[in-house]
Amino acid sequence: MSGVRVLVGTRKGAFVLTSDGKRERWDISGPHFAGWELYHLKGSPADPNRLYASQCSGWFGQMIQRSNDGGKTWEAVDNKFVYDGVPGTHQWYDGTAHPWEFKRVWHLEPSLTDPDTVYAGVEDAAMFRSSDGGKSWQELSGLRGHGSGAKWQPGAGGMCLHTILLDPSNPARIFIAISAAGAFRTDDAGQTWRPINRGLKSEYIPDPNAEVGHCVHRIAMHPSRPNVLFMQKHWDVMRSDDAGDSWREVSGNLPTDFGFPIDVHAHEPETIYVVPIKSDSEHYPPDGKLRVYRSRSGGNEWEALTKGLPQKDCYVNVLRDAMAVDSLDSCGVYFGTTGGQLYASADAGNNWTPIVRDLPAVLSVEVQTLK
Amino acid sequence: MIRVVLPQHLRTLARVDGEVKLEVQGAITQRSVLDALESSYPMLRGTIRDHVTQKRRAFVRFFACEEDLSHEPPDAPLPEPVATGEEPFLIVGAIAGG
Repeated sequence: MSGVRVLVGTRKGAFVLTSDGKRERWDISGPHFAGWELYHLKGSPADPNRLYASQCSGWFGQMIQRSNDGGKTWEAVDNKFVYDGVPGTHQWYDGTAHPWEFKRVWHLEPSLTDPDTVYAGVEDAAMFRSSDGGKSWQELSGLRGHGSGAKWQPGAGGMCLHTILLDPSNPARIFIAISAAGAFRTDDAGQTWRPINRGLKSEYIPDPNAEVGHCVHRIAMHPSRPNVLFMQKHWDVMRSDDAGDSWREVSGNLPTDFGFPIDVHAHEPETIYVVPIKSDSEHYPPDGKLRVYRSRSGGNEWEALTKGLPQKDCYVNVLRDAMAVDSLDSCGVYFGTTGGQLYASADAGNNWTPIVRDLPAVLSVEVQTLK
Repeated sequence: MIRVVLPQHLRTLARVDGEVKLEVQGAITQRSVLDALESSYPMLRGTIRDHVTQKRRAFVRFFACEEDLSHEPPDAPLPEPVATGEEPFLIVGAIAGG
């Protein structure tokens, strides 16, 4: 029997939500790692019971946890993230040089084929890989060292590598994104990288069309069309049809094109979702109305999805890794808020229901479709 | 035996209740006690001291015998009552909200 498992990372622990294919009744377990920040949890596509979790704390630093039984039990694995060689400097907020310092893991991306291989996107921005189930980590230092690293700068949340997309048709190709450096691509499994930011325009940097320096918030891809990428930038929703070589804006009729998450329908590669946020200083929805916007045309034409979502006095945010989809016949869409609500739609966004309303602030949401 | 009291989150991480008791060879110092602690509980590596620099994390403090030893050199001898097991070595998460 099919079902779904939703992995929720929050400011004060992790929660695992499970349901059958109807997605009407939910079992909620947690908090796991109570009191710790769980930036991200994700399951292996090759073994759904293998989960990885990024657990961190301002006091005690970074931990990586691993589960082999779908989140029932966990074991701490290696937490040693050491940059290759002399790390050098990047730009600080005021433009001065600042040494690279490891702070935390923002995103864990398990390999599509091997449960023991997993990638980690970290702050200060770098990419690490483990090929032994998290027991040791090695930096893919060609990213940080490719030449523009000294020009990267932190966004307000830190200089984080937050998005890792693995190309299902080409194991050597990986896309990543960094706030605030931009998007990058490797075509040789992480040895060498190049920026892919042509077409992005950011008025908050000295050269709005610069090769790097763009605050990319999130990138999404449909696995059947890995050359088509959708991006929620600090401002602007963007689209690339050539694997990031060039981008064009598809914000269209959105009420605001600022936001954090972006995701793609599991069965309709041209159907995408964003959550418009009023502005970069007011991190809440416009007019106090929480609205997911859906485009069925790959951008430009957007419709507001409001049924079941609060349409007055709502001032929560939805963070970049806090939206996900399942791949059941009727695509489920899920997102979590900084107010602790976890909303789900079992009909591609037409109707929404909170699975749970009062979690700690939600940092990340991932969904596993269980066959 | 050296007695070590961990903060709650690290007790959970190390899966221990109450005090940790350690056999420490040679001089009893912050470094030798933390080396022994991390040897017995590898999951604590990096949570008290930085992996590379071995410096105490900013929000972690070391107390013993009603003294703050956080800024003592890591190779300075710990107080005699800690070395004899009469008093515990306290690893404390700084009170800093959150």
